[in-house]
Amino acid sequence: MKKRWRRTGAQLIWETLLGEGVHTVFGYPGGAILPAYDAMLDYPIRHILVRHEQGATHMADGFSRASGEVGVAVATSGPGATNMVTGIATAMLDSSPIVCVTGQVGSALIGTDAFQETDVTGVTLPITKHNYLVTEVDEIAPALHEAFYVARSGRPGPVLVDITKDAQQAFTEARPRLGKVDLPGYRPEPRPPESELQRAAELINRAERPVILAGHGILISGAMGQVRELAERARIPIAMTLLGIGAIPANHALNMGMMGMHGESWVNQAIQEADLLLALGMRFDDRVTGSLKTYAPNAAKIHIDIDPAEFNKNVRVDVALAGDLSAVLAHLLPVIEARDRSEWLGSIRGFKGDTAVRDIQNLPDMGKLYAAHVIHDIWRMTRGKAIVTTDVGQHQMWEAQYYRHNEPRSLITSGGLGTMGFALPAAVGAKVARPDDEVWVIAGDGGFQMTMCELATIAQERLKLNVAIINNGYLGMVRQWQEFFYDRRYAGTPILSPDFAALARSFGLGGEVVRSRQEVEGAVERARADERTVVLDFQVEKEDTVYPMVPTGARLQDMIRRPEQEADGDPASEEEPVAAGDAVEW
Amino acid sequence: MTPGPDGRVRPHIFVVWVEDLPGVLNRVTSLFRRRGFNIESLSVGPARAPGVSRMTIVVRTDATTARRMLVQLSRLVNVLRADDITNEPAIHHELAMFKIQATGEERTQVIQLAGATGARLVDIAPESVVLEATASPAKIDGLAEVLRPYGIVEQVRTGLVGMARGAASVMTDPDARKPPKRRRSAPSDDGSQSV
Repeated sequence: MKKRWRRTGAQLIWETLLGEGVHTVFGYPGGAILPAYDAMLDYPIRHILVRHEQGATHMADGFSRASGEVGVAVATSGPGATNMVTGIATAMLDSSPIVCVTGQVGSALIGTDAFQETDVTGVTLPITKHNYLVTEVDEIAPALHEAFYVARSGRPGPVLVDITKDAQQAFTEARPRLGKVDLPGYRPEPRPPESELQRAAELINRAERPVILAGHGILISGAMGQVRELAERARIPIAMTLLGIGAIPANHALNMGMMGMHGESWVNQAIQEADLLLALGMRFDDRVTGSLKTYAPNAAKIHIDIDPAEFNKNVRVDVALAGDLSAVLAHLLPVIEARDRSEWLGSIRGFKGDTAVRDIQNLPDMGKLYAAHVIHDIWRMTRGKAIVTTDVGQHQMWEAQYYRHNEPRSLITSGGLGTMGFALPAAVGAKVARPDDEVWVIAGDGGFQMTMCELATIAQERLKLNVAIINNGYLGMVRQWQEFFYDRRYAGTPILSPDFAALARSFGLGGEVVRSRQEVEGAVERARADERTVVLDFQVEKEDTVYPMVPTGARLQDMIRRPEQEADGDPASEEEPVAAGDAVEW
Repeated sequence: MTPGPDGRVRPHIFVVWVEDLPGVLNRVTSLFRRRGFNIESLSVGPARAPGVSRMTIVVRTDATTARRMLVQLSRLVNVLRADDITNEPAIHHELAMFKIQATGEERTQVIQLAGATGARLVDIAPESVVLEATASPAKIDGLAEVLRPYGIVEQVRTGLVGMARGAASVMTDPDARKPPKRRRSAPSDDGSQSV
C-alpha cells in the first residue's frame, strides 16, 4: 500500500524554502522555533549560526544585495524576533528583499504575555513590506510562498512570517499547491501611459544640459546596460546616489561620480545648472537634494521609479513614469535621439576647477595616516574588484569617494537607515552569496563594536573576509558635525576601542595594527594572502573630516570645500589601475 | 497639522476597499498614525463583493498630503483600491442616535421636533426618549443643536459613509471576480474581529 503523504508544519517550512531556491539561512534557535530547527537537519539547508539576530538580518540583506536573490533570516519568538528589528528596517529603507521566519508561542498562548511572547507582526508592521502571522499548519506553505513573491516583486523589501509553535508541530495530509500568487490588491509592476513616455522622450531630446541621476533601482531592475546606452547615445553625464554606485562603472567617461551631501561640488553644480534631471530608480532623499527650495531650479524633472509613492514626495516632477526601469527604458530608448552635447560636457569640466588639486587623494601624507589614503590603497591593491561593505559615517563617505566601483552590486552599504554595525554581518552574507569574490569590510571603530560578535560566526564558518577598521577614536561623522555646527563640543563622541588585532586573534582570526602610510600596502597584501579573515586596525588621523560637505538645508552648490593644504610637496602621482582604453572624461 | 504647499487643511474623505482579513484595519490606520493624524471618523462594513470590506475614513489634512496618503494606502498589499472622494458629487450620510431626558410637555416638544426634522423616534421609556437620524454630518450637527436645550444624556454617531450620485462613477465597488481566499495576516488589536 502506498504510504500517505504526511508532513509537519516544520517540514513544510524547509520544503517551501527549498522550493523558493533557498539553500542557506542565517539564524539563531530558540524555544518557539525549535520544531523548525529539528526538522532542518533532514533537509539540504546550510544554517549559519549568528551571534545576534540583528546579524542574521544584515547577513540576509548582504546576501540579497550581493546576489539579487532573497536572503533568509530565522529567529525565535520574543527577543529573537525583536533583535531583528534594526536589520528589517535597514532592508526596508534600502528596498532589499529578505524573508524573516520567526517562531511564535503556541496559538493558544498568544495574547497572554507568555514566556518570550511579543506581538512581532505588530512590532514590524511599519518596517516590513508585508508580514504574516501563521497559526495553522496548512497556511505555512502558502504564506511563505507569498512572502517570497512580495519580497522580490515590485519595489523589493523585507517580509516577515511569524509561525506559531503549534503550527510547526502539527501534521497535515493536504499537500500544498503553490501556483501563481493571487493578491488582488497588489500591483507590483505598474506601466506608464504611452503619452507620458512620449513627453519624457521629447524633454530628453530637447534638453541642452541634462543630467542622469542614477539610483539603486538601476541595479534592482538590472537596467545597467540600458542606462549606459541611453547616456552614451544622448551624451548625458551621470551622477550617482550612494546606493546607485556600481550601476555605471566609475571609470565610464560619462560618470561624474556621487552626488549630494558628500559628492564632489562640481557634480552638484552640474545638477544645479542642469535644464533636465532624469531620475532613474532614486528617490530624491534629503541627503542628495540639499535645500528643496533651491534644488535644480531650472531643470525639468523626469522621474522613473517602480513605486508611484515616490513621485512628487520630495521634489515636484514634470513627468513621472511608474514602472520597472528596464521595461520603461525599453520603450523609451528607441525614441531617444543621438546628440553631441559637447558644450555642456565642456562646461562641467570647467566646474571642476581646482577640485583635484585639493583632493587629499592627490596630496602627500606628510607622515600621517589618512583614511582616504587607506581606502585609496585598498582600491588600488584590489584593482577595484572587491565587494566592499560599509557601515554609516565618515568611512562610508570616504569609501564612496575613494573606492571606485566598476561592477554592479560591489558596494553594499546601509544608505537609507544609516545603520552602524551593518558592514561586518552584511559582508558575511555577501561572501556566502559569492564565495569566489574578494570581500572587504570597511567600518569605523564605533560601528564595528556594535556587531563585532559576528567575528565568532566568521571563525565558526571559516569564512575569508578582509576587515579594515578606520579607527580614529571618535564617532567620526558625529564629531565632524559637532566640529562644524556645535562649536567643537565633542559630547559623547570620543570612543575607546579594544585592541582590535588582538581581539581578532582571540577568535582565531588574523589581526594587525597599521599606523603609517608605508605600512598599508604590506598589511593589505598580508591580509589578502591569509586564508583566515584578517582584521586590520588602521589607526588614522583623529580629527580628519569628510570634504566636501553640504550643510543640512543648504543649497546643493554651497558646499564646505576641502581646505587648501599648506602642503609644500607636489601632488602625489598615483598610478591608477584603470584598464587601457578607459577615457576618464572628468 | 501644518498645511502643505498647496492648500488649506480640511476634512478629506477616503474610501478604501480592503480584503476582509485580520489586521488590515491596523495596517490602514497605521499609515495615518505614522504621520500623527487624528482620524475624525472611520466606518467599516462589507462591500458588494464577498470578502471585501469598504472603509470610509475622514482625516483633516491638505490636498498634497491627501494625495500622498492615497498612494501609500494603495501600496498596501491588502488594499484593493483607495479613493479620495472629497470633491466628488456624493451623498455623505451618518447615522446618529440621541437619548433625551424628557417628561411631560418637553417630551411632547421633542417628539414634535423629531417629526419636523426627519428624525425617528426609536425608543420611549418613562424618563427618556431615543431619536435616530440619518443625514449629512452638518444636518446631524443642527439636530444636536436644537435637542441640546432638552438635555442630551447620551449620543452616538457612526461617522460618515459616502456614495456617489448617479450611475457608475469613481466609487463603483472594485469587482472582485472571485472572493479573495482567506490569507494569514496580523491579528487586529482585540484579536476577535475580522478587519
